Amino acid sequence: MEFLLQQLLTGLASASGLFLVASGLTIIFGVTRIVNFAHGSLYMLGAYLGVSLIGLFGGGTLGFWGGLLLAALVVGAVGALFEMAVLRRIYQAPELFQLLATFGLVLVVQDATLWIWGAQDLLGPRAPGLGGATQVFGLRVPTYDIFLILFAPVVLGALWLLFNRTRWGILIRAATQDREMVSALGVNRKWLFTGVFFLGAALAGLGGAVQLPKGSAHLHMDLQIIASVFVVVVVGGMGSILGAYLAALLISLIRVLLITNAQVTLGGVAAWQMELVSMFLVMALVLILRPWGLLGRREVLGYQHSGTPEPMLRPADRSLQLAGLAVLVLLLVLPWIAGPYLVSVATEVLIFVLFAASLQFLMGLGGVISFGHAAYFGLGAYGVGLAVRHWGAPMELALLAAPLLAAGGALLFGWFCVRLSGVYLAMLTLAFAQIAWSIAFQWIELTGGDNGIIGIWPPAWVGSVTAYYYFAGTICVIGLLLLRHFAFAPFGYTLRAGRDSPLRADAIGIDVRRHRWLAFTLAGCFAGVAGGLFAYLKGSVSPEAMALPLSVDALVMVLLGGVQALTGPIAGAAAFTLLKTELLSLTNYWRAILGCIIILLVVLFPQGLAGATAGLRRRGEGQA
Amino acid sequence: MTALLQVRGLSKAFGGVQAVRAVDFDLKPGELLAMIGPNGAGKSTCFNLINGQLQPDAGSVRLAGEEMIGLTPRRIWRLGVGRTFQIAAAFASMSVRENVQMVLIAHHRRLRALLPSAAALYRDEAMALLEQVGMAGQAERACGILAYGDIKRVELALALAAAPRMLLMDEPTAGMAPAERKALMALTASIVRERGIAVLFTEHDMDVVFGHADRIMVLDRGQKIAEGEPEAVRADPQVQASYLGSGAPAGAGWEADA
Repeated sequence: MEFLLQQLLTGLASASGLFLVASGLTIIFGVTRIVNFAHGSLYMLGAYLGVSLIGLFGGGTLGFWGGLLLAALVVGAVGALFEMAVLRRIYQAPELFQLLATFGLVLVVQDATLWIWGAQDLLGPRAPGLGGATQVFGLRVPTYDIFLILFAPVVLGALWLLFNRTRWGILIRAATQDREMVSALGVNRKWLFTGVFFLGAALAGLGGAVQLPKGSAHLHMDLQIIASVFVVVVVGGMGSILGAYLAALLISLIRVLLITNAQVTLGGVAAWQMELVSMFLVMALVLILRPWGLLGRREVLGYQHSGTPEPMLRPADRSLQLAGLAVLVLLLVLPWIAGPYLVSVATEVLIFVLFAASLQFLMGLGGVISFGHAAYFGLGAYGVGLAVRHWGAPMELALLAAPLLAAGGALLFGWFCVRLSGVYLAMLTLAFAQIAWSIAFQWIELTGGDNGIIGIWPPAWVGSVTAYYYFAGTICVIGLLLLRHFAFAPFGYTLRAGRDSPLRADAIGIDVRRHRWLAFTLAGCFAGVAGGLFAYLKGSVSPEAMALPLSVDALVMVLLGGVQALTGPIAGAAAFTLLKTELLSLTNYWRAILGCIIILLVVLFPQGLAGATAGLRRRGEGQA
Repeated sequence: MTALLQVRGLSKAFGGVQAVRAVDFDLKPGELLAMIGPNGAGKSTCFNLINGQLQPDAGSVRLAGEEMIGLTPRRIWRLGVGRTFQIAAAFASMSVRENVQMVLIAHHRRLRALLPSAAALYRDEAMALLEQVGMAGQAERACGILAYGDIKRVELALALAAAPRMLLMDEPTAGMAPAERKALMALTASIVRERGIAVLFTEHDMDVVFGHADRIMVLDRGQKIAEGEPEAVRADPQVQASYLGSGAPAGAGWEADA
């Protein structure tokens, strides 16, 4: 009993930080409909600023609390600045480009933090006067935990007052319900959005700073928390602050229970091994039972409603065919004109082009946004890895396991995902990707855990860099051409029909959900091929192959290239991979440069690279 | 000729409101039946009960003797019941011709084919349909950029593409200019009579209704209050009272939108 109470209190304390960050994200989403991927970065920034400011003011009572508050305000200002400088320019662009801009910010903040504070973890200062332990029902509980447990409801109450008792808060709630109506009533929407970003970012910063006495500030905080925060927000219902609080409690308690009962086994799996998976299982379960979260409302805005109709897809015209031919010739002669390093880079580029194309197939044609496409790339890689490690399979067989495992995973996860739509669907794909990642990370006997599986080398006949380049490249080009062919086949049209008008599609006998499921599986299968080829290129497989950063990379590639252009993923993946490789060799701060480039591109070309060139071509034709 | 569609005792309540109350009617092949009535009379509910969007509380809807209650909209479409939407819902990212081809692909059950090129399938059939509705000249334009009246013509071609036995048309001419309305309805009437397709349509424009319907059915507060040839319905005192409001001179008010 005592033990249980102790766990309960620990869970409540850790829920507080999670809630602060999640409430900020949910407020921003509720009003602006932007899924702020940079929210974890703002949290990290809050922690680092907290350390510095508290250090600057001295660790006294005033210095500590003043430092916390100031850190939150500075982070709020950073968020507001980002909104004014970047997001404000692209509210007219499709929602996904706003997402892309926030990816850019993630990268910039990562490197800015590295540059300012260095790579070392910074230990958090102790809270003056709250350092010891307090007796609660005969238990010794850290006093700061008690503060945290009480702090979250206080913030919740303050937010409630703000949104229900102030004019500004009521306007925000009105904007959450109907943005257009609020601006039609003469409210300056711009400042409302900026204000919302300030508040949301400040809450994230506060969340980061307030957890300092229990932990530290380090460079992995951003992506570490963002997945949890997404889960909390989605489980609570996007836009619902109270929902976020309840979800934070739920998730934290479950995690604490699993960690503290680490040795308890359930069906042969130890509890600690389920700790990472548990959170995402809870999310998947909640979304299946309540598709809009515990307290959320049905999503009215979706990806389909970006205003302008999607452009028509046209088969390649003469100039595009010639360009394609030129690229193929260049790829063919590349080993003669370039060194092994470049050939190896080119292999990687081709693999990522196939990976991105599979995501584009799903997003562009099916209208299904996936935040977790790396899961299927990774499943493909693990298909190879497991076949080699456990059965000693030769490459020719192991490469068959890649699409099989990936398609199997996509078939399973996709069945759940296509039951939802819009952002909720995207979040569920993320949750499943994290589940797959956690399994790879924690099921050490099978997957080798963090170390992964090594020694995956191609056989002698494709053993050289050049031979493997031709081998993998051929498969990728074939895969790409197949996906392109499918887009123009009846199945591709069926997917677009479901995306353009689900109502009409249903009325002509198309089961939209079922076809999305098939597309999900097909896309997963092609991503798996790419993953399998990647495993043999690198000689190893690790959980990184299905981690969140890779899913984000894939999204960036597709969005950079332009979601609606079939040539988009080629341009996007090539540009992204080359840029990343090039920057990586030039500077330690490649992320910041990449992030700035992404943000710049989004602001300059909201239709993506391929979309922009298509626009130029159209303009050229218009003048001719 | 026997009825293609037999509706008997169709009833649906939403909460305490009886939206449709024991409605009976028949529809013969090649016949145009207009369903009219003031706002809230239950026209849309009736439509949605027949096309499978809603499930009735009681009653039966038989197509050529086969019960359709309980079937999904997709299944009902497969049985040969086409529909057009009040707010046009074509596939915006496809050309006019591709829209028709999409329906033909669905009709021929080739939705999942991966090998053929969709643009090459049923091309002539699609062009013939577009020729019929007068849209062949715009076959290559994107549906997303068409004028509204043209989209309505495309809608008609889409509905016809699946070779339906019956068409449900929810305000086929809504949002069109008066001259366009007459032209579209005349076109619809000539095509369906020629093909022997039964049509049930709702419409606010009384010129369209009285100009083209073979029979008219009047609903008011969920109940059928009159049914018959246009002249008989026009003369029905109960219709005049409930539909036009009492005291309106017969004939004059019919011109206005209800």
